[in-house]
Amino acid sequence: MNILTHWLRSCLPGLPVDDRRLAEDLTLRGIAVEGEFPASCGGSLYEMDITTNRVDAMNHYGVAREAAAIYHLSLPPLALAAPLDYTRPGAGFPVRIEAQDLCGRFTARVIRGATIGSSSGIIAEYFAALGQKQILAPVDVTNFTWMAMGHPTHVFDLDKVEGGIVVRRARAGERLRLLDGSEKTLSSDDLVVADEVKALALAGVMGGWDSRVTEQTKNILVEAAWFDPVAIRSSSRRHGLHTDASHRFERGADFNAAPLASHLVARLVVQQSGGEVEGPLVDVVVPAIAARTAHRPAIRLELSQVRRILGKTASGEDAGPGITEEIVAQYLTALGCDLTRQAAGEYAVKLPSWRLDLEREIDLIEEVARVYGYNRFANTLPDFQGAVRELPHASQEAAIRQTLRALGYTEAISSTFVSAEEAEAFRSAELAGGVAGAVPMGNPLSAEAGMLRPSLAPGMATMLAHNLHRDVSDARLFELGTVFSGSTEAVKERMGLALGATGAARSAAHLYPVEDALFFEVKGAIEALLARFSNTSPAPSVRFDANHLPDWIEPGRGARAWFNGEIIAVFGELSAAQLQARKLRQPCVLASIDAQRLLASPLRQPVVAELSRFQPVERDFSFVFPDAVTWAAIEAALQGSVAQGAGPARDAAELRSVRPLEIFRDAKGKAVPLGSYSLLLRVVFQSSRNTLAEQEIALWTEWVVAQLQRLGGLQRA
Amino acid sequence: MSAAIPELKQFDEAELDRVFTGLEAEVAAQARTLTSGESLEAFRLHWLGRKQGRLGQLSAAWLKSAPAPAKPSLGVRFNQLKAQIESLLQDSLQQRQAGSRGSGLDITLPGAALRIGAEHPLVKTMAEIVNVFQRMGYSVSLGPEVETDFYNFEALNFPPNHPARDTQDTLVIAAQEQKPLRERLLMRTHTSPVQIRSMLEQAPPLHLVIPGKVHRNDAADATHSPVFHQVEGLCVDTNITFSDLKGTLDHAMKAFFGSAVKTRFFPSFFPFTEPSADVQISCIFCAGKGCRKCKHSGWIELLGCGMVDPAVFEAVNQRRLQMGREPVYDIRKISGFAFGMGVDRIAMMKYGIGDIGLLYSGDLRFLEQFA
Repeated sequence: MNILTHWLRSCLPGLPVDDRRLAEDLTLRGIAVEGEFPASCGGSLYEMDITTNRVDAMNHYGVAREAAAIYHLSLPPLALAAPLDYTRPGAGFPVRIEAQDLCGRFTARVIRGATIGSSSGIIAEYFAALGQKQILAPVDVTNFTWMAMGHPTHVFDLDKVEGGIVVRRARAGERLRLLDGSEKTLSSDDLVVADEVKALALAGVMGGWDSRVTEQTKNILVEAAWFDPVAIRSSSRRHGLHTDASHRFERGADFNAAPLASHLVARLVVQQSGGEVEGPLVDVVVPAIAARTAHRPAIRLELSQVRRILGKTASGEDAGPGITEEIVAQYLTALGCDLTRQAAGEYAVKLPSWRLDLEREIDLIEEVARVYGYNRFANTLPDFQGAVRELPHASQEAAIRQTLRALGYTEAISSTFVSAEEAEAFRSAELAGGVAGAVPMGNPLSAEAGMLRPSLAPGMATMLAHNLHRDVSDARLFELGTVFSGSTEAVKERMGLALGATGAARSAAHLYPVEDALFFEVKGAIEALLARFSNTSPAPSVRFDANHLPDWIEPGRGARAWFNGEIIAVFGELSAAQLQARKLRQPCVLASIDAQRLLASPLRQPVVAELSRFQPVERDFSFVFPDAVTWAAIEAALQGSVAQGAGPARDAAELRSVRPLEIFRDAKGKAVPLGSYSLLLRVVFQSSRNTLAEQEIALWTEWVVAQLQRLGGLQRA
Repeated sequence: MSAAIPELKQFDEAELDRVFTGLEAEVAAQARTLTSGESLEAFRLHWLGRKQGRLGQLSAAWLKSAPAPAKPSLGVRFNQLKAQIESLLQDSLQQRQAGSRGSGLDITLPGAALRIGAEHPLVKTMAEIVNVFQRMGYSVSLGPEVETDFYNFEALNFPPNHPARDTQDTLVIAAQEQKPLRERLLMRTHTSPVQIRSMLEQAPPLHLVIPGKVHRNDAADATHSPVFHQVEGLCVDTNITFSDLKGTLDHAMKAFFGSAVKTRFFPSFFPFTEPSADVQISCIFCAGKGCRKCKHSGWIELLGCGMVDPAVFEAVNQRRLQMGREPVYDIRKISGFAFGMGVDRIAMMKYGIGDIGLLYSGDLRFLEQFA
């Protein structure tokens, strides 16, 4: 809404500041001036941004009231609004309020013998400055009136009204053509202003087409009423009509303003269009509604509460411990409250009818702080004791992020929502912590965002695709975030983790064929991550299998990781179908990890092993194995059986490590037969008691060879 | 490298010049072949070795047979030759250490691309904000992203018909229509429900900082995303005042943006605080002089805050009673303040990010800039 300072100053003569300063002072009191422009009528035009609870300030007189409070001026009554004597005798116009719960007050006034033309004088001048469109003088008058003092009114062509006015609920299916030309079908929740025969207007929202004032209109009925905010709001929303009138009624109009607005409209209509006011103002009031709007009981205000909530004021002109009794009385009175002092620092406060937003003591405390000025309070710090509690899993979360970043993975955040197809393809039940079922949204952002994500993997696939489609062919990403499962009855949230990798593998090991290297890089990342968490030695707490893999993983190209006896991750190459659906032409390896279980696991507490003072001895072994012999079997045959007491030495620790150096397969079957592979294996022996003698080493190497032969290995020359 | 000791017949200057020029050339030629540590050592032994060194042998032979007047000149020449050999040795050694010989490394090539992953700007900014409040004595608290209407709206004093409840503003879970309003599930629209959850669990005093992800039914554009992040704060105790709220946020903004930053407070309106305020900080780009980033106002709007509305305490008390707990939030004795800020907006401002969508794209061209 816009305010003209020229108009504002006419409401409040003697404003002691210029327009720039006035704008700033109003803004600091919550009556925000967002823009300031020169106005054609002189002075400035303010573009206002007034919070929705302050409907009373959405007009010139309302802003003038705020200014009067700020500058300690007294606000004169609104000009032209004095009671109006009728000049033509007549009976009061018949008005009946049927819907007494929705309409609290209805005033009617008759003007006869008008000649309708366009507006002139101050209305034309201000409308031009405001950019407000002129229609016909009586209509302009109603707009001028709400801009002046905030209350919406309506003018009817009196000759279209049959019998008296009835304010009632619409009949279900009743039809009404409105001023904008649209034809609405009403429901019994809509409130209408009707005559004895038909609906005339959608109350508080928009007038009707048939009863509108036209250039042919001679006689006018002026309506100024008070309608229930909730009813107007639902009516306005039901019909998609947001009007200046509904904006004000649905936020709570001033119950006492109706007669005043009617006087103003009648006086201006006669000024602009001629004619005479006929008969008295008819004013029908519903006492129950008057009691809860205009005549609310006084509320109690204690200075001690004001100070308890607001604290200290800044030193300077009001140096001291805080708000004083004088400040409270001065500001609240200026805003229209009626204060009765009951004891030292205790008031009974009667509330102004235009401030339905004020209901409680705290509302008055806010008003004092607001008009006094927030920035005139001191900056103090509360003194508090008590220990700061860390989140129980803060260090685990930090360890996950730190480890993955060190491994070259960049953190990303994707959408919380996935499509129904993705939710089906990436069910969370594949991880131990997931509950079956994905949760659909009631009002999805789009068809592609119809479900809460059951896994971070589909979002990760989307982000990898985003990069690949922009020629970023090498990517390592991770996301740590909430995943959802369950049903629309109960939604379960867990912390999930996804890794995504595409492009050339970072390490060119001799161990893996090029096309497998990325899988093993991701496996390595998972191993490095799990190694940060508690390892219940001696039993290995991390193991891998390839059973029951989800469909989004290409068959034969994925694995599951088990951590302390439960599945913690599934990972592998994205399936050919998924790649194709996402128009991807290079392999992507994804991992879906149950981060919730990591957060619940203690971080590994290192316990240092004693370092041997004696020389380690490396021995390499070259063997050919049938493809069926896995690395796990070889490792078990050597380290596994030593751990269980096998081997040539009493000290199992002498077998320090076993690791594969090189794996070779020959597609032609010449150097290595088809169905077999050659493995170069490095074993390190080291004793913590002595330097190993040649004989001891010889015993070990013989044992290693025998173990590998037992697995079906053939030693190469 | 061994060579015979040539016999010297004449000891005149011309003959000595000729012989020593030959020796110097021999030294220089050998020095050029020094590529490894072994050859360097062999060269040193060949010329300067204590027993078999050629220089020692030559000087022993020639000084013995030289006539007395020629001996000083001969001695000077041997010293010069020795100096030349030592200097060549020193140079070769240094070159090897510097590794910049023609056949060595091109140290101007880029180092191997060992890139660490980047921190996400939102995660980083959120952690920095949380850290400021942790240092001020606040504990971190978290809550679910799917909430009920009770926690997200009702207990926070949103009236039943408040527009925020509309599905145009709030993303809701499917099939909730049959449930009572307060039990309906929705994506939380702010981190404020964690205030309620915390007060139900704990009695005052509370000093909480609440980071988290929130959702609204907003069409995505350069400044709006249906997913975004907030950090919320809550301080509840006896004697918590509006001036404490001002001082706390002023202090926190100075800790986050630098001690020169100023704050100012404007009246605002939120259902769950009263008095409510919007907080502006002096523009961090132009120090308040006015620039494009602050729309030439010198100020940037950064957060919303206020004193906890007594209606919120009352809702908490009521629910605590239902849970069999003491209604310990006595509105005549207990007071508190709450504040909330948009992490995305702060990160965008701090790093000059023009499009909020980049934060949720996973685009490495964007994210790698934070490594």
